[in-house]
Amino acid sequence: MLDAGERKRLKTKARELREKIIEVTFTCGGAHVGGAFSQHEILVALYYKALKIDPKRPAWEDRDRFILSKGHGGVGHAVILGDLGFFDPALLKEFNKTGSPFGMHLDRLKVPGVDFSTGSLGHGLGLGVGAALGARQIGKPWRTYVVMSDGECAEGSVWEAAMAAGNFKTTNLTAFVDRNRFSLDGPTETLMRLEPLDKKFEAFGWRVLTIDGHDFDQILDAIETARAETERPVMVIANTVKGKGVDFMEDKTAWHYGGLDEATRDAALASIRKSK
Amino acid sequence: MAKAQGLTWTIDDADHMTQAEIYGETLTQIGLKDKRVVALTADLARSTKIGKFEEKIPERFYNVGIAEANMIAIAAGMTEAGLIPVVSTFAAFASMRAAEFVRTDLCYQKRNVKIIATHSGTSFGQAGTTHHCTEDIAIMRSFAGMTVIAPADAYETARAVAASIEYPGPVYIRIGRGFEPPMHKSLDFDFEIGKAIKLRDGRDLTIIATGVTVLQAMEAAERASQNGVSVRVLDMHTIKPLDEDAVREALLDTRRIITVEDHTVIGGLGDAVADVIARSGKGCAFKKLGYQDCFSMVGYYEDLQHHYGIDADGILDAIGVVLKAEFEQDEDWEDEI
Repeated sequence: MLDAGERKRLKTKARELREKIIEVTFTCGGAHVGGAFSQHEILVALYYKALKIDPKRPAWEDRDRFILSKGHGGVGHAVILGDLGFFDPALLKEFNKTGSPFGMHLDRLKVPGVDFSTGSLGHGLGLGVGAALGARQIGKPWRTYVVMSDGECAEGSVWEAAMAAGNFKTTNLTAFVDRNRFSLDGPTETLMRLEPLDKKFEAFGWRVLTIDGHDFDQILDAIETARAETERPVMVIANTVKGKGVDFMEDKTAWHYGGLDEATRDAALASIRKSK
Repeated sequence: MAKAQGLTWTIDDADHMTQAEIYGETLTQIGLKDKRVVALTADLARSTKIGKFEEKIPERFYNVGIAEANMIAIAAGMTEAGLIPVVSTFAAFASMRAAEFVRTDLCYQKRNVKIIATHSGTSFGQAGTTHHCTEDIAIMRSFAGMTVIAPADAYETARAVAASIEYPGPVYIRIGRGFEPPMHKSLDFDFEIGKAIKLRDGRDLTIIATGVTVLQAMEAAERASQNGVSVRVLDMHTIKPLDEDAVREALLDTRRIITVEDHTVIGGLGDAVADVIARSGKGCAFKKLGYQDCFSMVGYYEDLQHHYGIDADGILDAIGVVLKAEFEQDEDWEDEI
């Protein structure tokens, strides 16, 4: 359980960062804003509470590793890294611009703080298994965290990696599925059914926790549970809302990716400021 | 027997070892000295001989099951811990099944992973097209940042594997099934990634060969010499980065070039050489030997090499054709390139 002050700090931070994501989405011409908002509390909990990282030393070798397997959430990731001081957040004005270090999918060689270049779905969990095995091989305590989309679980490589994690018992790996129930073309359960997702990962050797992916207490409890687990890697199925925090974006497939004009931006900011 | 640079091991009993066994032994010796080296395979430890590593260093060996794409992702992830993963599987699966992972997780991210791809070309003859791989050089050399090597024999494989560990970034080493005859007599020769080996000098024509066809090129050159034809042979073990100086020198000196590879003529060594020739602006009689835009048939490897004209007989025939070919020769070498 978080104490009240800590919970408030995280919620305030999440709201402030949502506004910045809207600003970047406005200036860059378009971004995966729906998925950035569904993953948002998970990333905020990790970056502002759980991860052992040092923005002054992005390549610190004993840092925890983070993989945004749903690389299209890069706009949300970049805003957080800028806010933490991995780079000057003013640079985000260049997001998506020609020659910019920031594209919609972040490149580890161009954006300080990004451990893995992602964007192609179905890679992150395997990369995470490798990082976790690597840490174990050299006897280091750093942990690896992966955030996947739910739609990406249709990729076969996710299940190759899930099988390997179970097989190798990578307990230093914690993964999240941002279960917002939508992929680009529509609801996951009508497009390509994923359920029962928890039972699938369990069958592959994972301990599965199902939580509300916008509740900081539940997210951080899950991270603590995963740290204490000694037998199985932990998969956190985080039930989320696509477009969370902006009333007219919530649960709308159309907001998977979108641009904003001034009026829509202002409406989005007003909606975020209204929320508690 | 002399020790080669980077190796503590002399292959005294190489006569009894296959090409694949020698690379397995080499890698194991490197692994015993260098704790950064980890080995991975996808249920082909025995077929690829990377299992030798497992016997000696089980704590740094990972068998991921039949999941080549995942093997590449895991290897990429392991580099975060400063490890140097060496992965081995059949060329068909390393270069095609796992292609996007090689490109996106290794090349794009500049991950220090080495791929040893066995059973390349038609070396797995009787297994047929699903297990042949005549496209991998083309695929791999198209990825920015990838180094592509096709050693001529076991000795060269040992040298390439050792050199690749010290060479930055992803490296693709393409070998055969492991039963190919030796080209060199020992490990004691100059080997440098990106530098062709001039095995034989000649004035009339140059054969640029890679992988198992180097030995065939040497035999063809010897037979041609008995008819008074002077043939240069370049062992172009590294296809990327290509030794362009060696190609230009051959172009200047002989003006007739044949390329040979156990690979399709589209996008492989032949096209890499043709590119250098075209950019030079010089006339040249030129022929590419390899699979001519076809899927290879089932058969014994030696028979297939003969059928597709990449053995000594086929190369000798090509020498006859290229020697007769006419082209516009521009004697002034200084005005172009």
